[in-house]
Amino acid sequence: MSNNKVITANELTKTFGDFVAVDHISFEVEKGEIFGFLGANGAGKTTAMRMLCGLSMPTSGKATVAGLDVYTENEKIKRSIGYMSQKFSLYDDLTVKENMQFYGGIYGKKDAFIKSKTASILQELHLEKEANVLVKSLPLGWKQKLAFSVAVFHEPEIVFLDEPTGGVDPVTRREFWNMIYQASANGITVFVTTHYMDEAEYCNRVSIMVDGRIEALDAPAQLKQQYHAASMDDVFLKLARKAVRAAD
Amino acid sequence: MPAVTVEHIIKTYGKKKEVLALNDLSFDVAPGELFGIIGPDGAGKTSLFRILTTLLLADSGKATVDGFDVVQSYKEIRKRVGYMPGRFSLYTDLSVEENLNFFATIFNTSIKENYDLVKEIYVQIEPFKDRKAGKLSGGMKQKLALCCALIHRPSVLFLDEPTTGVDAVSRKEFWEMLKGLRQQGITILVSTPYMDEARLCDRVALIQNGAILSINTPAGVVDEFSYPLWAVQSPAMLPLLNELKALPFVKDAYPFGAYHHVVLNNAAAENQLHQWVQQFAVTNVQAKKITADIEDCFIALMKN
Repeated sequence: MSNNKVITANELTKTFGDFVAVDHISFEVEKGEIFGFLGANGAGKTTAMRMLCGLSMPTSGKATVAGLDVYTENEKIKRSIGYMSQKFSLYDDLTVKENMQFYGGIYGKKDAFIKSKTASILQELHLEKEANVLVKSLPLGWKQKLAFSVAVFHEPEIVFLDEPTGGVDPVTRREFWNMIYQASANGITVFVTTHYMDEAEYCNRVSIMVDGRIEALDAPAQLKQQYHAASMDDVFLKLARKAVRAAD
Repeated sequence: MPAVTVEHIIKTYGKKKEVLALNDLSFDVAPGELFGIIGPDGAGKTSLFRILTTLLLADSGKATVDGFDVVQSYKEIRKRVGYMPGRFSLYTDLSVEENLNFFATIFNTSIKENYDLVKEIYVQIEPFKDRKAGKLSGGMKQKLALCCALIHRPSVLFLDEPTTGVDAVSRKEFWEMLKGLRQQGITILVSTPYMDEARLCDRVALIQNGAILSINTPAGVVDEFSYPLWAVQSPAMLPLLNELKALPFVKDAYPFGAYHHVVLNNAAAENQLHQWVQQFAVTNVQAKKITADIEDCFIALMKN
């Protein structure tokens, strides 16, 4: 295995009773790549992501994340990754600064690191004046950007973003993607799910899950060519309509 | 008589009224209209729907639904409207059929009496009618919730973010269902953060920070976009964006799917952009003039 592969999955499978939620998926993600993980509701995205984050034991198959085995080193995986979702990210009743201190502490970072990192993030986001403001009083768009910065606070090799831009206004959504590009340029691998098909176009490569399997995986331009589609929206519709099983 | 009227509605939250949720909102919805409230989270969509469905009191202003005042005649309104909240709110421990029967009964009607209205949607979940609502898939829950909101034949239907977190295929199916209901003459107010759904409405209100940015037909919103708009593409999209932003005749440039959208200052700038593109023809920069999308309009209105 080359050092450039931040995620490897080989025939990774998860079953719940008779139900095969994730059905022998195989793929690799390279360092610094922005990897879009798409699929209809119930296609198995969340289950696959939970396995890769070390939160759910696979039924069979192999996978490594940041060079760590998902079966035997899942606790180490949790320390090596960042995670952000639309639903849960920051503590509303802590201040901007306290949230960063909390996350830095959880990941075992030293005080000096936390202090300097906090200062640089506040500056980057132009939030210096809001450092001691409760997160709940921030506008949603700011919160999402802050949540992303907190998810990569401990400088993980890879960050998992689960629908990070749901319900976000169109200007902030683009600012958010700008942050993703910067993280990727700094060598952080980005694994992202989204329901916005224009955002699929911003990924280096995209996989589309249908009924627990990876039905397509390539760069957006190649996928559009392969499926004779004008946009990723068309590609997605062509593939997702093949699904036979009901959404979760 | 309009189906819904909203006049200078203001709503604040907090002890000191420090959170301004709705800032002097006014609009009307005509009977039979499919009216979209389009805006991001925190724009005030849910507050507005809760005021119109008599579940929340405004600080000031006046609103009517089906001719009845939302404060004085709240009981009348509750008999007449259907409301599907953003969060799944049916009884998870009742079956599909029991839920529908329950909602029909509390409105003094029966499934049989109004079956024609829900038939097209209900047949899709009927094979699972004995299943507990909590055990349904997301798409089926949504269909059941819509049936339950319709079973008393409301004159106005309020749908609060019915497609949030729903995949692209299910979103399209849901809008097909709305089209069908519209043909039956029901007034529908639907809110959504997805800009691409705006064009499926008769009229839309674009809303941000509790204020209306624009009210018009989808075509009318697009017509209000007064600058030339171009879509530009190259194999190196990130450097291209920075270069476009730096051009003096470019008002705004931002990613838009496979292209960057470039808003130009004026018609004369079109020639300048064309020349700039020619100069880079070797690097495969492609540009074409396009008409604005609702999302382009929203971005322009937000930045104004």
